[in-house]
Amino acid sequence: AEVEETLKRIQAHKGVIATIVVNAEGIPIRTTLDNSTTVQYAGLLHQLIMKARSTVRDIDPQNDLTFLRIRSKKHEIMVAPDKEYLLIAIQNPCE
Amino acid sequence: MEIIYVYTRKRSEFGRPCSFSDRPAKVNVDIPPDPSMASDFVLRNPVDSYVQHTSDMSEHEVNTERVEVESRGVNHVEGGWPKDINPQEVEQTIRFRKKVEKDEHYINTITHLGTLMEHCVKQNNAINIYEEYFGEEEVAEVEDEPPSAKTINVISKLTSFFNVLLSKRDPNITKRTATHLSWHPDTCKKLAVAYSSLEFQQNTKDMSFDSYIWDLENPNKPELVLKPLSPLVSLEYNPKDSHVLVGGCYNGQMAYWDTRKGGLPVEVSTVEVSHRDPVYGAIWLQSKTGTECFSASTDGQVLWWDIRKLSEPTETLVLDVTRKGLLENALGAVTLEFEPTMPTKFMVGTEQGIVIACNRKAKTPPEKITSTYSGHHGPVYALARNPFYPKIFLTVGDWTARIWSEETKESSIMWTKYHLSYLTDGCWSTVRPAVFFTTRSDGTLDVWDFLFKQNDPSLSLKVCDEPLSSLRLQDNGCVVGCGSKLGTVTLLEISSGLCTLQRNEKTLATAMFERETKREKILEARHRELRLKERARSEAQETEVEEKPVESPHEVLNRARREFFEVIEVELQRRAQAETQRLRGKVPGTGRTQPQHSLRWGRGHGSASLFQVKDRAGEEAAAQGEESQLLKDKEEEEEEKDAA
Repeated sequence: AEVEETLKRIQAHKGVIATIVVNAEGIPIRTTLDNSTTVQYAGLLHQLIMKARSTVRDIDPQNDLTFLRIRSKKHEIMVAPDKEYLLIAIQNPCE
Repeated sequence: MEIIYVYTRKRSEFGRPCSFSDRPAKVNVDIPPDPSMASDFVLRNPVDSYVQHTSDMSEHEVNTERVEVESRGVNHVEGGWPKDINPQEVEQTIRFRKKVEKDEHYINTITHLGTLMEHCVKQNNAINIYEEYFGEEEVAEVEDEPPSAKTINVISKLTSFFNVLLSKRDPNITKRTATHLSWHPDTCKKLAVAYSSLEFQQNTKDMSFDSYIWDLENPNKPELVLKPLSPLVSLEYNPKDSHVLVGGCYNGQMAYWDTRKGGLPVEVSTVEVSHRDPVYGAIWLQSKTGTECFSASTDGQVLWWDIRKLSEPTETLVLDVTRKGLLENALGAVTLEFEPTMPTKFMVGTEQGIVIACNRKAKTPPEKITSTYSGHHGPVYALARNPFYPKIFLTVGDWTARIWSEETKESSIMWTKYHLSYLTDGCWSTVRPAVFFTTRSDGTLDVWDFLFKQNDPSLSLKVCDEPLSSLRLQDNGCVVGCGSKLGTVTLLEISSGLCTLQRNEKTLATAMFERETKREKILEARHRELRLKERARSEAQETEVEEKPVESPHEVLNRARREFFEVIEVELQRRAQAETQRLRGKVPGTGRTQPQHSLRWGRGHGSASLFQVKDRAGEEAAAQGEESQLLKDKEEEEEEKDAA
């Protein structure tokens, strides 16, 4: 119930296109997009997060990745990683 | 069983030379034929045997292992699902998902991540950090700082007891002029300076012949001492090979050095084929081998050399303006100019004030001299092409600096006013097309910015008390080195305003040069017309008697002397007036500290006087009161007197 609320709240913000929750294996648990797109996002971003995290930790082992933002021409992909799960939100920043 | 071979040799025997010697052939083995063995063999008669005189060849096959390629398709399936769940079954996946969602860990994580995400989403919504905040703003002209230059290094050969921080000590007592400077082509941290005494027959016995290469980081000791056989008048780094320098000597020889090999010249040209006078200009040519250079001297010759063979020049040219190739008529060359972008053309500035443009690739020697530009009263000490506009070049000589365009041969298109002291050297700025530098014999360095101000230099710096003899700008355009008569080389850093390209500068400079060239062309055409008319008129009126009374040479001289002194008086009075006015505290007009030479900028004020500018100097001399003009007049009259 809490989870629902949180996700609904995020989705309700201005400009947010979609939210996806992915687990450690890359399986989308919760999504507001269609399956194929979700699977694509999940797989690709999972790999990217692993790479980003390893980069940060290589430079400083005490450090860890807390958030990743990818700003593209069309929208911004925000990923909040955790040890087991990934919360992805795609937002269209107001221009 | 192991077989071991041991070789021993006495240490004292190491390195002994081998001594080979001949000996006659020695028979080692001699096996005589054994007739008893013949019974094992059958005699064969005749015997077929053949001989073929070809090389033996054999045939082989090589076959590499074939690589097997196969086209296969890959089928991607949704992965990550635990083994027991079939991803195709919707029910199973839903059930799995639901299970995960019930997990407590999941709930905690998502809540935590949710807050984090929300924060960022809100951030995005609140402000767009990549927004263009200030639209295309014109970069404001920040040139409020007055142009300035500061001394960064002084390389002095004065011996003094005061430990001046950046002066370079030198054991030489007699001071020699720094006649030529050349920057190292790559690093710009090294400077080669040629020292010699240019006074006629002033060489004292203890004057050293050395020239130095200074490293700017070490001002106390020269990095390399070059020891020619006679003092060097000019010295240049090879732009292609930064270890090689060529130098022109006072006695006319050419020498070249390799800095890796030390201070003595690697090769020196033979005296018989070299110049007969000091080599004032030596420049490297653009060639594939990078070993060609050419030199000019006041004996009237321009010689081309290949430094690999300095025993004789590869080509010679005699600077005879009448194009007859006679050495007697030749003009002495004082400076040489060569632009790598135009490899067959070069220019020579002469002692007589004429600039000769030559084409190296002309078929016959007389045709080598393409055109002449005369305009200076004295030797042309410096000649430089504008690096941005190769058709525009600058000449420095007598008391003015003039800018010429290659197309207008009669006169320069722009010139500075007459100064009080000789101008000794000049060069263009490498970054700004309308800026050039000149040095004077009262020790000042002038920086002229023609787009900004044409009557005066933009910046005038008193570098030292003795005359400045040479000037060289570093390739980056910011640092300039000037050499003085007593051998001090001063390095100055020009303020950024004078060495950064302004926005419209190129277009403005182009427009200015074109404008001036056009003006000169119009004047030239007009003059030609006038001359034709006059000639036609004089031919028609040949019989008319000369009205003007023929003055005797003595009277001419007196008149010239009288007029000269009158002009001097007027000038002195004017100067005294200016002084008193200044002392009184009034600012006369522009308040210039330099005495007012009439500001004949040479462009004419108004259209009517455009034509007057080019009129005979004598007519204007009295009116303007310029001493220099009158000097010219005096010269002309003296010439008349000589002719009479």
